[in-house]
Amino acid sequence: MAEEYKSIKEEIHLPYKWALGPVFTKFFENFKEKKIMGTKCPKCHRVLIPARRFCPRCFVDTDEWVQVSNEGTVRTWSLVNFEYSGQVKKPPYVQGLIDLDGADTALAHFIGGIDLSDLEKVPEQVKIGMRVKARWKENREGNILDIECFEPI
Amino acid sequence: MTDRVGIVAVAQIGHDYAVDKNLREICYEVTKDILSQVEMEREDLGTIISSSSDHWQGISCSNSYYYEAIGAYLKNSSKAPEDSAFAFLYGMMRIMTGHFDTALVHAVTKGSEIPGVSTLTNLYADPFIQRPVGLDDVSTAALQAVEYMDRYKITEEHAAKVVAKNRGNGLNNPYALKERVSVEDVLKSQIMAYPLKKLDCAPSSDGTCALLLASEEKTRELTDNPVWIKGIGWEVDHTYFGDRDLLNGSLRKAAKRAYNMAGIEPKEIDVAEICEPYSFQELLWCEQLGFCPEGKGGKLIDEGVTEMSGELPVNPSGGVLSNNPYVARGLFRIVEGALQVMGKAGKRQVPDVETALAHSTHGFAGQLHSVIILEG
Repeated sequence: MAEEYKSIKEEIHLPYKWALGPVFTKFFENFKEKKIMGTKCPKCHRVLIPARRFCPRCFVDTDEWVQVSNEGTVRTWSLVNFEYSGQVKKPPYVQGLIDLDGADTALAHFIGGIDLSDLEKVPEQVKIGMRVKARWKENREGNILDIECFEPI
Repeated sequence: MTDRVGIVAVAQIGHDYAVDKNLREICYEVTKDILSQVEMEREDLGTIISSSSDHWQGISCSNSYYYEAIGAYLKNSSKAPEDSAFAFLYGMMRIMTGHFDTALVHAVTKGSEIPGVSTLTNLYADPFIQRPVGLDDVSTAALQAVEYMDRYKITEEHAAKVVAKNRGNGLNNPYALKERVSVEDVLKSQIMAYPLKKLDCAPSSDGTCALLLASEEKTRELTDNPVWIKGIGWEVDHTYFGDRDLLNGSLRKAAKRAYNMAGIEPKEIDVAEICEPYSFQELLWCEQLGFCPEGKGGKLIDEGVTEMSGELPVNPSGGVLSNNPYVARGLFRIVEGALQVMGKAGKRQVPDVETALAHSTHGFAGQLHSVIILEG
């Protein structure tokens, strides 16, 4: 029988702090008023979500803040049903890409209001093209999770 | 300056052997294997490029730990992190500078030692917008799969056929997983992230591989069975997942560059080694590499074109579904492609290979793609 080699274990905790900067600060401050604001590119005229300083395609400053709708359409979705260390939410949960009305890029977020008691039946409830609306957290702190999820209208 | 860069020798170590060895030991062994094939000493190596990742290794400056084990002690060496196909391209470019006539290109990942693929890849997402909503390797691939299935009527069975094919091919590869799975096994396995079941997703493997690149003159001196790099191309897509077209990303552009450089058409490829960490991605990538029309990936697998006995075998090695040392997997594809051109792929050899294509991808749902075309 082959000799058994040993291993060692260690956990690494690394606290970071990241500056939001002016654009994300304003983007998230608007969440407190239940407003989702994008920034518009003066060249290609796309409204970009999340808001950003520059258009990555045209590489020019965005010059206008535009409020987009709290409602949108599911571009694609998935049902997450496995666990991993550091996971942000206990599975099962539904994720999606949401095309908000008035925005030209989609936002990745959770899709809520779905009956998860029988996972086999989730694909009958969530569809590409389904209309959804943001469900806001009651106490909003100015971050992406101020939107709890998007739920079917 | 050299006109062409050749691959002189390749070596690899698979999961079963690597799993209980220290990372330095397997790096040393794979390097010694290369040197012995070409009867060179460590001192004879020109430059050494390695690929690994700090957080996949749990050691910052990951290569500093095993630097000596790949023969780099007091030598010219550098690292290309995250996607090992970039180490290959970096090594090739270093030879083309004329400063070096050989380059050892190496990659290593010990996937059994990490906190988990999803734990680490959730860190790929930015902490402001995408990490808090749980984007990771698996869930982003699932988001892509749902859109792909919806638009082109690709089915879970089509994807499961890819797994059955590749895991079957893997039985012929001494470095890959050795467990045959059926289409039914895949469809019955636990849902990870709908529509992906457990067996639709690659394992997390340990492995290291290396190859020796050389200038044209040095290649001819070292081997009478060279593999020439004919074409390369790479492209990267946007960091925000919602900015991307998940079904028309950067691969078409990367492939076009590689084909143009090689001066060939996709139909001239004899065998392809494709990076398919999720089953359905092999179908999508085959479309984007020009092996079939857009949306016809399901038909491609149904008709058996990509089987070992088919017109264009894809992943004779078993692919990433049979061996997924995450950072190293791209270089493994190139090593396998080179073995096919050399005619040294053993039981997984495709007959009469003149031209092979190797592909690597990194990031969420194919954010980054590299395409390499090799010829004898």
